[in-house]
Amino acid sequence: MYKLGKSIARLGLFSAALLAANLAYAQGTQGSAKFPGVGRNATPAEVAAWDIDVRPDFKGLPKGSGSVEQGQTIWEAKCASCHGIFGESNEIFTPITGGTTKDDVKTGRVASLADMKQPQRTTLMKVPTVSTLWDYIYRAMPWNAPRSLTPDETYALVAFILSIGEVVPDDFVLSNTNIAEVQAKMPNRNGMTRKHGFWNVKDKPDVNGSACMNNCVAFVQIGSTLPDFARDAHGNIADQNRLYGPYRGADTTKPPVAKLPGAAGEGLAHAKDTHANAPKGAAALFKNENCSACHAPNAKLVGPSIADIAAKYKDQSGAVDKLMAKVKNGGAGVWGSIPMPPQSQLSDADRKALVEWVLSGGK
Amino acid sequence: MTKKQIELSSQDVSFVEKPTNRARLVKAPEHFVSQELIADINANGLDENRRGFLRKGFLSAIGGAAAGLSAPMAFAAGEGDPAILEKQEWQTTLGKNVATMPYGVPSIYEANLIRRESPGLTRVSAASVAFTPLQGLFGTITPNGLHFERHHQGWYNLNPETHRLMVNGMVKNARVFTMNDLMRLPSVSRTHFIECGANTGLEWGNVAVPTVQYTHGMLSCCEFTGVPLKVLLEECGADLKKGKFLLAEGGDGSGMTRTINLDSCLEDTIVAWSMNGEMLRPENGFPLRLVVPGVQGVSWVKWLRRLEVGDMPWNAKDEAVHYIELMPDGTHRQYASIQECKSVITTPSGGQQLLDKGFYNVSGMAWSGRGKIRRVDVSFDGGNNWRQARLETPVLTKSITRFNIDWVWDGSPAILQSRAVDDTGYIQPSIKTLRNVRGTRSIYHNNAIQSWKLDSNGEVSNVQVG
Repeated sequence: MYKLGKSIARLGLFSAALLAANLAYAQGTQGSAKFPGVGRNATPAEVAAWDIDVRPDFKGLPKGSGSVEQGQTIWEAKCASCHGIFGESNEIFTPITGGTTKDDVKTGRVASLADMKQPQRTTLMKVPTVSTLWDYIYRAMPWNAPRSLTPDETYALVAFILSIGEVVPDDFVLSNTNIAEVQAKMPNRNGMTRKHGFWNVKDKPDVNGSACMNNCVAFVQIGSTLPDFARDAHGNIADQNRLYGPYRGADTTKPPVAKLPGAAGEGLAHAKDTHANAPKGAAALFKNENCSACHAPNAKLVGPSIADIAAKYKDQSGAVDKLMAKVKNGGAGVWGSIPMPPQSQLSDADRKALVEWVLSGGK
Repeated sequence: MTKKQIELSSQDVSFVEKPTNRARLVKAPEHFVSQELIADINANGLDENRRGFLRKGFLSAIGGAAAGLSAPMAFAAGEGDPAILEKQEWQTTLGKNVATMPYGVPSIYEANLIRRESPGLTRVSAASVAFTPLQGLFGTITPNGLHFERHHQGWYNLNPETHRLMVNGMVKNARVFTMNDLMRLPSVSRTHFIECGANTGLEWGNVAVPTVQYTHGMLSCCEFTGVPLKVLLEECGADLKKGKFLLAEGGDGSGMTRTINLDSCLEDTIVAWSMNGEMLRPENGFPLRLVVPGVQGVSWVKWLRRLEVGDMPWNAKDEAVHYIELMPDGTHRQYASIQECKSVITTPSGGQQLLDKGFYNVSGMAWSGRGKIRRVDVSFDGGNNWRQARLETPVLTKSITRFNIDWVWDGSPAILQSRAVDDTGYIQPSIKTLRNVRGTRSIYHNNAIQSWKLDSNGEVSNVQVG
């Protein structure tokens, strides 16, 4: 195997030399000793186009600047409709601003996260790093037009958000040169911990359960149940389970059943109730009722084609009634000796729709 | 108890099933079985001896009914079940053509089992969740059309012909791969679960949703095929000594980014294009997604377009604003990624309605982001007493394991729970144990034991005990 691998690699190099004039191929083999012909080196322009991430140490942050005032103008035009004039809106997304204090800016810990007084956590209460705001706004905002903001617009928007949180003053101009100073004022900059058991698979978990097998709890206390008014808050659960089999869904449009339904499922919806949902319409009937097993649009199969039937009965009075009877009772002799079996399972309406559809040439 | 002992023979099954189907005509089976035997079976399962008792019980009951003629006869005048005696449409007419449905879909009778949103959970459906109907699934594999959905800025059908994967950062050569390139590389196929970090997150404080679809339905399990991440990174000359972190970036509007801990995930992460034998579904990242076994779903970046090797985590929006866990002291746990050992009974489960007393195969799923499932115990009395369930094979690492346990329900109220143990020895905790350490505002990584209360009317509901 080793020898084979080596000779393939050599063959790859040899081929590359031969085809050096072919730029695409030459790129394709660059740096690829193991899998010749697979992949190519990225151009600097390509890396620049896609590698737009900004890290907490500001690696990747483009040069530029924007003022709170500029940010407010852009915000009101592009952001306020979802996030509210001051980033406070809870209508569409969770609020961006609110819940932080000047004291938090000093300590780097958002006090309202511990005291439970704030009804909802806002972005500014949580985000520890200003790079996160910059990266995400530039990468993914506005919601319905991501990647449409310039770096300067992004600086301006970050400045505006931070000014609402009183992290920076109203006349502030945020730039790549002062953003590290702003980081030192982020209200929740000291609020994160990685000391837990979930970042590496080898880490130790923070809790563990009990292996007790018998007489484990003296008294089983039910601590929480779904309130009665929420019984159908997720719709009718009967419609979210099979209508057959041992595990049906409870009909949550009604109060709980008084007693066990019994093996026959008395009072419950049954599988036949869904059968009526099969697609209707002449073309669907033609396929689903297997007319198409014997009849094709233009070619004779077992039976005549739709086109031939339509041509034969064109402009004949009584053709619909005649063919409806044939479909219902079956027939033979008109198109050959192979009989058409009766299709008595069809309703009159479906038969009529099918016959009219066939007589129209299947249109 | 050996496997052989607890498997029912076909003969037993027919004895068990007959009365269940004919409850109006013949008494349900539990009436023929003594309370002592029910308790014995529930404590010890079925073995040869106990099955013998069961057979005897049914036989004598049926014989008694026939001999005594006091009970209504099964079928008047020697007739029988219309489902057998009458010819059915599908026996007497021609069936459908092949390829009537060129891409097959489930039976119309399965129409109720679909992905669903939880009303009021999110306000925009392009940044929302659709839950998998676990209450109707069997085995371990999630059908592709039922795999849960979670998007941050909507989903797309990306053109695979113009899709590119770029690998850059601390690599010798930043490289670009087309789908043509990637699908030539040596691939692996592995079965893994994917669970959103916020699965069961609504239940930290109290019971909030009615069914297992909404409590646990941000969980799926597929066989994924793709090229191992390590192969790709080595191919690009990655500096894996200094570069301990990887940024995965999606091609969607959110440019979804997550930091992958290479110390933990380098060995088993896959750059995948296939789920369950076909290409990824667009809702699940067609044509390329990252598969990070054991790690929360948000890191399995969909529509994967870029991998960057670096020497520190990125603090992206979904690792510095969301997917962080608030602890009682006001700190947030950041980069909590591993999905710990967890299990849930899927049948019977919340919102379901049992028809009658008698025998049930109680069934559920168990999984661990740290390895394989070692054992699952089931309680029918709210956690006071437990019995070991049987694990169905194969038991795979960081994958769903199906468990089953025999149960004869005597019709009295019960609280069903399951408790999984993984091969690190970690035992799935109670919600109380979790709350004692993490409070109720964490949102993420709730792997508590789930309780389902079964009332005497056969209705099952979501409850929390303790």
